[in-house]
Amino acid sequence: MAGAKNLEVKLESTLDSVDVAEEAVKKFAEENGLPEDDVHQIGMAVREGVINAVVHGNRYNTQKVVSLTAEATAERLTITVQDQGEGFDSDEVPDPLAEENLLRKSGRGLFLIRAFMDELRLQRLGREGMQVVMIKNCSPATIKEEG
Amino acid sequence: MSIKASTRQVGATAIVDLSGRITLGEGSSTLRETVRDLVSKGQKTILLNLGDVTYIDSSGIGELVSSFTTVKNQGGQLKLLNLQKKVHDLLQITKLYTVFEVHTDEAAALKSFA
Repeated sequence: MAGAKNLEVKLESTLDSVDVAEEAVKKFAEENGLPEDDVHQIGMAVREGVINAVVHGNRYNTQKVVSLTAEATAERLTITVQDQGEGFDSDEVPDPLAEENLLRKSGRGLFLIRAFMDELRLQRLGREGMQVVMIKNCSPATIKEEG
Repeated sequence: MSIKASTRQVGATAIVDLSGRITLGEGSSTLRETVRDLVSKGQKTILLNLGDVTYIDSSGIGELVSSFTTVKNQGGQLKLLNLQKKVHDLLQITKLYTVFEVHTDEAAALKSFA
């Protein structure tokens, strides 16, 4: 039987939340019948999204939370990570594959999300923070319909 | 499960056997401290055995790169041994496979430092 179609979690702005988010979404994806490789990639993308939210967005501020939601339909798994930080302009994030950036210690998070998911949308919500929407498309038979 | 690191000396090379996850926090700091400790003792050739490393995130990748440059800046060499498929794929998509020298055989890896 397919799992719940929606997941909503409020996370503290701590490093522990990164593992919590990854495990919660992996379980959600598994319960909705996604294949193992997809589950791994989704977990990794969520991990990177929540790291960005905690570290760069909320800057470990314990007064701020990270909101994580996931929705499963027959066509796709949509995951949203939203922080309460100032946001950023994705055009200003250096290309980690550029020769001069290959040996940089950081700056690969968004790149990995793009690599592992089918779609990535970044939206600055002003005072409400930064919203990262990541989508994994599913083959028609992947997500089991309830019934 | 976080990372575990144990170091053995084979000839002039230090082999660091790593297992677990190299991720943000404890995982990447363990790797950083292990490599810095070796470099501070004058170790010039380091082989990181990632055979039992099941998972690396962007912070772990950053720590591998940082370790590589730390050793290189001291005139040494850091190479990788035994990558699991997911780790191999990650290095490939981040183009770091072109930066690191990666081996699948320990004896050959040791010989390559000579």
